[in-house]
Amino acid sequence: MAYNLLLTEILTAFSGLLILALGLAWPKRGRELSGTVSIIALLGILIYAICNFSAQQVFFQGIYQVDTYGSFFKILFLIAAILVMLSSSKYVGAFQNKSNEYYGLLVFATLGMIVMACAGDFITIYLGLELMTISFYIMTAYLLEDERSSEAGLKYLILGAISSAIMLFGMSLVFAMTGTTVISAVAAKITVAQPALIAGIGLIMAGFAFKISIVPFHMWAPDIYQGAPIPTTTFLAVGSKAAGFAALVRIFMIAFPLATFDWSMLLAILAAVTIIIGNLIALPQTNVKRLLAYSSIAQAGYILVGLVAGNAYGLKGVLFYAMVYVFANTGAFAVATAVEVETGSTDIEAFSGLSKRSPFMAAVMTVCVLSLAGIPPMAGFAGKFYLFSGAISSGYLWLAFIGLLMSMISVYYYLGISKAMYIGENKGGETVQIGGAARLAIWVCLLATVFCGVCPQPLSQMAQYAIALFF
Amino acid sequence: MNSFPILSLTLFIPILGAIIIMCLPRDQVKAIKYVAAVSTCISMVLSLIVVLTYDRSAGGMQFIENIPWVTDLGVSYALGVDGISIPLLLLTNLIGFSAVYASWHTADRVKEFFALLLILISGVMGTFITTDLFIFFLFYEVVVIPIYLMVIMWGSSKRVTKEYAGMKLTIYLLIGSAFLLVGLISLFVTSKGILGYPSMDINTLSGLDYSNGFQIFAYIMMTLGFGTLLSMFPFHAWSPDGYAGAPTAVSMIHAGVLKKIGGYGLIRVGLYILPIGAKYIAPLIAVLALGNVIYAAYICISQRDLKYIVGYSSVSHMGYVLIGLAAIKVVSINGAVMMMFAHGVMAALFFAMIGNLYEKSHTRNVDDFGGLAHQMPRLATGFMIAGLASLGLPGTVNFIGEFTIFVGAFSTYKALTILAVSGIIFTAVYILRTLGDVLFGPRLEKWDHLQDLKGVELIPLLVLGTAILAVGIFPSTIMDLINSGVGQLMAQIGNIQIGGIF
Repeated sequence: MAYNLLLTEILTAFSGLLILALGLAWPKRGRELSGTVSIIALLGILIYAICNFSAQQVFFQGIYQVDTYGSFFKILFLIAAILVMLSSSKYVGAFQNKSNEYYGLLVFATLGMIVMACAGDFITIYLGLELMTISFYIMTAYLLEDERSSEAGLKYLILGAISSAIMLFGMSLVFAMTGTTVISAVAAKITVAQPALIAGIGLIMAGFAFKISIVPFHMWAPDIYQGAPIPTTTFLAVGSKAAGFAALVRIFMIAFPLATFDWSMLLAILAAVTIIIGNLIALPQTNVKRLLAYSSIAQAGYILVGLVAGNAYGLKGVLFYAMVYVFANTGAFAVATAVEVETGSTDIEAFSGLSKRSPFMAAVMTVCVLSLAGIPPMAGFAGKFYLFSGAISSGYLWLAFIGLLMSMISVYYYLGISKAMYIGENKGGETVQIGGAARLAIWVCLLATVFCGVCPQPLSQMAQYAIALFF
Repeated sequence: MNSFPILSLTLFIPILGAIIIMCLPRDQVKAIKYVAAVSTCISMVLSLIVVLTYDRSAGGMQFIENIPWVTDLGVSYALGVDGISIPLLLLTNLIGFSAVYASWHTADRVKEFFALLLILISGVMGTFITTDLFIFFLFYEVVVIPIYLMVIMWGSSKRVTKEYAGMKLTIYLLIGSAFLLVGLISLFVTSKGILGYPSMDINTLSGLDYSNGFQIFAYIMMTLGFGTLLSMFPFHAWSPDGYAGAPTAVSMIHAGVLKKIGGYGLIRVGLYILPIGAKYIAPLIAVLALGNVIYAAYICISQRDLKYIVGYSSVSHMGYVLIGLAAIKVVSINGAVMMMFAHGVMAALFFAMIGNLYEKSHTRNVDDFGGLAHQMPRLATGFMIAGLASLGLPGTVNFIGEFTIFVGAFSTYKALTILAVSGIIFTAVYILRTLGDVLFGPRLEKWDHLQDLKGVELIPLLVLGTAILAVGIFPSTIMDLINSGVGQLMAQIGNIQIGGIF
């Protein structure tokens, strides 16, 4: 076995520990440096992961898999983590004496996500999931003096623990019926759809639905997104969701053959309800963080459409959309972070007249939300095209109808932000100051969003390689 | 000539201009305007070259460019023009060029204004010259958001606020485009099933053996999408409000060319790819078109705001285009394309004149005016040319369009055509009344301070007025082109073996 292929995971774990140790061993300088160190470390790991994109190896009798599918998500998580760190360096700097722990937790959450995406076994998925979620519990409650942050942390802890328990129960039922926890071995053991097995599949689905905030398991998302420190929210929205999808797709595509139990109709209904409810509740929101929270519920619904389709276009859509969603959402949150640092608020009034204070940020925000809405030439459009092509070729025309119609309706609230930025009265100062790091992150998000929309070929090619294992 | 990418150049020079403008400092107002003027001018000249060098005897798609773009979706960056797209390409550039001068006096946030305007022009142009369905849709949606931003930032609030107008316009068009997208994706998926490989090339997609049921379904989706864009009754409500709220340049481009994407799409995508669906739905479209012609004309008679008058009249005129399309005859479709061109230059000229007058007088109410021909003879000339073209006076290009449509459509829809011809009378009623009230009559002293058109303000009048009269007097310059394009398209479709819906 080529253990060097596990170097991504090993290095990530090592850098997490290093960052924690740095703060202990070298209290003052170490804390200041922790941000830079973690960005450089993750950047190095990212380059390593990209170079080893096509590596293929099964470890420990199938409980851990290094394959293109996992590598795609590894790259996604690392990019997301780096962008979040870059865009929030100023914000996290305000944590002062606990900033290096924050970075450490962020790296550990990333590790959890990577493990989830590469796991070939229910237990490993669960381990990755817990590593990720427990890091997030702490990161959500990080603003100790802020009541809303503590409240969010507690809520997330309780609801997250319940959902993990549900998922674990589902996994144990599947284990009871099949006698194995290795995903690739489960399918062979399933012959008839016994009720206990269906219950197991349903519970696993429910557990994941919580993590990726699918209606009716979405209640936690808005409160926690709004209450948590904004970098946590960003990473929760893009990273945790993508990790949930990574594991969900692997389990459902490999372990549960559609022939014995047709779960796709169930998921289709969940996706439709999620798209409708997420978008409709987002319409009247007046806080940008909350608005993006509801919109991210709807976004999860779109991505779920790809899994419902279950064919090459649909799954490619899942991967493609998850990646462009990272750029669009991180870009939007990065602008929101800058506005929050400046005005102390993320209400829509705080964005009023932003185009006069910073035309660049207003333009980036517009581009990013339009990508979320799926308006060409932004990347979101190409992603939605894949997703809904998949849905229509699997016969889910009605789902495509709902999805496309609701995504056009979503333009209403997204443009509400643009409207405030462009014609709202400027109540703030002359210009918004953003740091160099945040500016870099915003530029990356902007360019990636436009590039993947105008020229989707490279990313779609990558996604094509990544989904090869399912067919 | 074939190796020279003239279409790409035409398409991307305004974008290049927009990028240069974004890099210029905010206070270089003059430079920004010159960049906009020069880039639209180059595009206009290039499109004139296309018109002149297009090989009319050979016909078909020419100036073809093709670069594979997204292989797994079968998308290529494919450009090419034929007799149907060339007039619309020319129209876009004539109007784009005029629109820059019609907004020459913009003072607020000049940089953003011209950058968005140039993106808008490129976007509209792209839809007409691409031969790839994906790229077509991409360009079509690209234009929606700049329009929204332009309406809310530089629009005017009269009867409705500009925020309302902008959002109404945007949401109508986007919801229409959602239906369109469902149709397009279904078409893509179905064609992949037939062909065995993905393709978005319009030419490849046409002539495939789709089932009748699918054709009808897909064509209904397209009718909803393109019909909304073409302000087909009853999906027209965005149009008058939108035009009234929009700044002059946007009204010109929107009424002038953007609407025509709907008509062009119904021909190029709808009729060409889905002839059976088109034939089946045609009678329904013809009846709805009558709603446009008569109903909008009735509303128009009672309007007192100049922009609403032109707005409703453009809804009414689109009814003619739809009747021409619905008849599915070479002659009637010739007329429809000609009418799109004619209405484009006419509406753009009208909006340019109204915009100029509003800029100086800050009112658009017909009752406030009277005898303006005394103070502003040149503006009055512009109004007269546009107005008379609007009611289809022989000698203007609109006459050619309307006449051809009615000749072509009469054999298919006798009663409907006769009723639609009555629309001309209504048009005469509201246009002549408006022109009389605004331009003629005793001189009003309160308007003595108004300056007539001068300098660059004359350019829209010169460019668009010339187009109206020149093509009106020598229709064959454009008509031959259109005829070759439509003729070939209809020949490829062949005989359609299905009856209408009723």
